[in-house]
Amino acid sequence: MAGTSLSMKDIENSSIRDVFGRALVSIGERVPEVVLLGADAIGSTRGALFAKQFPERTFNFGIAEQEMVAAAAGFATCGKIPIATAYAFLLSMRACEQVRTDICYPNLNVKLMATHAGISMATGGTTHHATEDIAIMRSFANLTIIVPADALETVKAVEVAVEHSGPVYLRMGRGEIPNVHSRDYEFVIGRSTCMRAGGDVSVIACGTMVAEAIAAADSLEKEGIDARVVNMHTIKPLDQEAVIAAALETGAIVTAEEHNIVGGLGEAVAGVVSEHAPAPVIRVGVRDCYCGIGPEDGLRRKLGLTSESIVSAAKRAMSLKSSRNR
Amino acid sequence: MRKLGAQELSVKASKLRMMAIDMIDKAGGGHIGGSFSAMDILTALYFNVLDIDPRDPNKRDRDRFILSAGHKAAAYVPVLAERGYFAVELLDTFNQLDSPFAMHPDMNKIPGCDMSTGSLGHGLPVAAGMALALRMDNLSSRVFVLMGDGEIHEGTVWEAAMGAAHFGLENLIAIVDYNKCTMDGPIDSVMPLEPIEEKWRSFGWGVRRIDGNDMQQILEAFSRLPELDGRPTVVIADTVKGKGVPSIEGDYHWHYGRLSDMQRREAEATLRRGM
Ligand SMILES: Cc1ncc(C[n+]2csc(CCOP(=O)(O)OP(=O)(O)O)c2C)c(N)n1
Repeated sequence: MAGTSLSMKDIENSSIRDVFGRALVSIGERVPEVVLLGADAIGSTRGALFAKQFPERTFNFGIAEQEMVAAAAGFATCGKIPIATAYAFLLSMRACEQVRTDICYPNLNVKLMATHAGISMATGGTTHHATEDIAIMRSFANLTIIVPADALETVKAVEVAVEHSGPVYLRMGRGEIPNVHSRDYEFVIGRSTCMRAGGDVSVIACGTMVAEAIAAADSLEKEGIDARVVNMHTIKPLDQEAVIAAALETGAIVTAEEHNIVGGLGEAVAGVVSEHAPAPVIRVGVRDCYCGIGPEDGLRRKLGLTSESIVSAAKRAMSLKSSRNR
Repeated sequence: MRKLGAQELSVKASKLRMMAIDMIDKAGGGHIGGSFSAMDILTALYFNVLDIDPRDPNKRDRDRFILSAGHKAAAYVPVLAERGYFAVELLDTFNQLDSPFAMHPDMNKIPGCDMSTGSLGHGLPVAAGMALALRMDNLSSRVFVLMGDGEIHEGTVWEAAMGAAHFGLENLIAIVDYNKCTMDGPIDSVMPLEPIEEKWRSFGWGVRRIDGNDMQQILEAFSRLPELDGRPTVVIADTVKGKGVPSIEGDYHWHYGRLSDMQRREAEATLRRGM
């Protein structure tokens, strides 16, 4: 694969954080300005591989996420490219003001790379879930937000984030998720990927919900419904063109995200649709609640983060479209 | 309930460690290291020190306890069950869908739990708020808060340390489970705390240093509070991560895990000897 020493074998069938760990080493080899910052979770975010290879470029701040994020700003002012790693709830919430005031406001070249996002720390419970981070981060000007949908996209996103000039929030889960991209896949910030063409309804998804969206489109197809699936891997800047096209060409939209429906991808899409091409938008996601406790699969089903929810939302969106057209 | 003495408490702590091993095993894993370093202190608190009543868990004039290092729930939840807040059988649901408990405690689901925790560095400032409110209402209730040693890296701990001393919160008792390990490694290589006693003292606290796996010393520390009049007290408890399970003692790799059958048998044999 261009620009990286990782092979497809390294990428396939690995957990997101393991792949992330290897991508860090690869970018570290290529870009000497990259430094890795951690807060006593360098092991579990998988920064440990980088730490082993580049001990002099790795800084563990202990359990002090606010300090780490503020220090990242300092590194950036001196020409380094800091990658600050932590669980998503900590980067987005514990260090929230540092992200806004020390990084986004001065528009510094810091890469915030969050693992364990969404409900991927299932039995960790609400303290360790992050279903608010997109909403928070989305409200910070200057910040680019990327939510990769599989291992390959994670690797590409790490590279592109480092090459991009300016602050980036990269949001990753924890476990294994199915591959949805082929190896020649090209990742461009702000340009969504059409995973499947379709004219009856569009499903715009990010992260773990892209695979669910594809599964939903498969079942819709069996019922004669032709669903478009868009991987909206960049939440900000949002690919407005693709959203408007989906609204104009299919007239009905479903969004799907492992995040609160308040403030997330769904609202970003709805904002664009209502301003440019009004059409029904149904949001699949966490319905403004704390997610509770349980193994990941069970929690997903309980919360409706499934292809079945997308299927029924698609039908609802289509019926809203047709009742409007009547 | 009759207060248990040091010898009985040690037996109880061994029993609780066995219960926790079983619970963690059924759950598929748990924060065994930090839970077991703190088990003796938790046992002493709940079976001797705290003025509480499981039949009336929300009694206004009870002592409060915050498990600020919420991941030590694998010790805390069995302690609450054994103390009578809920049925011991419920421990089998740990980590399961819609169980009242998992890795980190939720005050709205667990009877007897005074604060939801899991994100480190929140407990001491919350405890300071409780201590201020209790004092305002002329209650003699005390607030105990248990922190991990790594946890006190967090700046919020030191903001609260400064505040609690300023407010003269002699009804506030912080305990640091000084097991010398964090998640990434030995604390001295991750981010050392020394000189730990001087740090707290210079912030205006009464400081007590004990062996936190020695029941006699634990009871003695809690029997004369506050350590200094008009000041909050910190008990710095030297402990061993994974205490009670020979194959994992002192090993930071066992921050989280599930014992093998062999480790389990060995641990149970050791713990039985302590009973
Ligand atoms: C604010 C915050 N940062 C990071 C974590 C992840 N985490 C959970 S436990 C732990 C290590 C805790 O070390 P310590 O306080 O020493 O506890 P112990 O070794 O006794 O388990 C970390 C970093 C967290 N729960 N909260």
